[in-house]
Amino acid sequence: MIEFQMPSLGADMEDGTLVEWKKKPGDTLKRGDIIAEVETQKGLIEIEVFDEGIISELLIPEGVKVPVGTVMALISPTGETLEAKKEAVIDIQPTEEKIIENRNLKISPLARRIASDHNINLSLLKGTGPDGAITKEDVEIAIALRDNKSEAKIKEPGFEPKKETNTAAIEAIRSAIAAAVSKSNREIPHYYLEKKIDLTKALAWLLEANSQRPVKKRLLPIAILIKAVAKTLLEFPDLNAIWENGLQPKKEINIGFVVSLRSGGVMVPAILQAETKNVDAIMETLNDIIPRARALKLRSSELSGSTITITNIGEGGADTVFGVIYPPQVALIGFGNSSEQPFAENGMLGIRHVLNVTLAGDHRATDGLTGSRFLSSLDKHLQKPELL
Amino acid sequence: MTDDAIKTAIFQLLKHIAPDTEPSQLKPDENIRETLNIDSFDTLQFIIALNEILGIEIPEQDYGKITTIQNLVSYIRDKKK
Repeated sequence: MIEFQMPSLGADMEDGTLVEWKKKPGDTLKRGDIIAEVETQKGLIEIEVFDEGIISELLIPEGVKVPVGTVMALISPTGETLEAKKEAVIDIQPTEEKIIENRNLKISPLARRIASDHNINLSLLKGTGPDGAITKEDVEIAIALRDNKSEAKIKEPGFEPKKETNTAAIEAIRSAIAAAVSKSNREIPHYYLEKKIDLTKALAWLLEANSQRPVKKRLLPIAILIKAVAKTLLEFPDLNAIWENGLQPKKEINIGFVVSLRSGGVMVPAILQAETKNVDAIMETLNDIIPRARALKLRSSELSGSTITITNIGEGGADTVFGVIYPPQVALIGFGNSSEQPFAENGMLGIRHVLNVTLAGDHRATDGLTGSRFLSSLDKHLQKPELL
Repeated sequence: MTDDAIKTAIFQLLKHIAPDTEPSQLKPDENIRETLNIDSFDTLQFIIALNEILGIEIPEQDYGKITTIQNLVSYIRDKKK
């Protein structure tokens, strides 16, 4: 039996509220299907499954908030019967045993009292509070899980599906960003590199390409930049990686792209498998994910799968951006404002369209030499836009 | 199409792209992108919308000619002739 758990959609996510099941017991699942909608700090997220099978049982009622890693549904890979293996959720199932009072257990008095009132075995609970302490919420989740066959709706405010006002959503996003960047600055020893890249050829190629296209198919410079990054990363696998008990290079290049929200804050949806996409396909992806990011309507794979991040200041903004790496990634590439500048080359002075590109690298994972070679190679690719 | 009708269409499209702004408050000579804080992606969506709604195609070379409401209205008027 496959356990479908509340996924982690980033280092900063602690829990999520199940808003709606999109599948019911008996439904067949294939990879990529949306199984549920979950409310998180990053908005209402469609959660995809990565296993194939048939849903045996939905364990969490709609409207309940659960910590990351909580088993939410059981999926039978071979179509096992619905009765099979209910004990898969043993760690939060109630028992008739007398509650074992463990004096070393970290738990608040309130949580202990609620657990006792509802016959919840504390020794089977996994605490999510500081130092693994069992919180009031952990106990209430256990009660909700046990009672979920009924229509148990817990009246605690924290368990209601949140119809957040815009302000509340912005605050939630702000605190999610705060958690991620604080973790990054605490744990990641950043190094920074900058390179001026001549974009004249790339922009000329773009102008020509766009003149042959209908308005709807027009490309933005960022599509070429993303494609060039993806192509360059194939040569630098140590930058397309995560740091978890050491460096783990990733095969797929999933580029997190920072999208500013008009009301403040950012969302970072992923352009999945960017290495397999041409410039047009990358532009189509941007056309799809940017409006959804701004509407806080993203899918789980787009929020959790990034292997590197790009931030783009865009026209008219600051010339250079030194980014904060999004853990557990190990690099971030920043594009500043591109502008016409005097540019010397081969003893000649001319006016070129210049872009300041930066790399923030995790010094545990790579050294400046790797980063420097990456930026030089990116430059070379951008001088041959027709080959991208 | 009268200038007022063109203006109304522009304001509606801009409002759709940047819902939290008041495009109708734009002064005729104010830079649209800077004043409404619209990025290049939103600008492209605006150009696409102008194409779909008003049937005019604005080549990239002309982006510099449509930075203000005043310029944009006269640009569209000329194209519609």
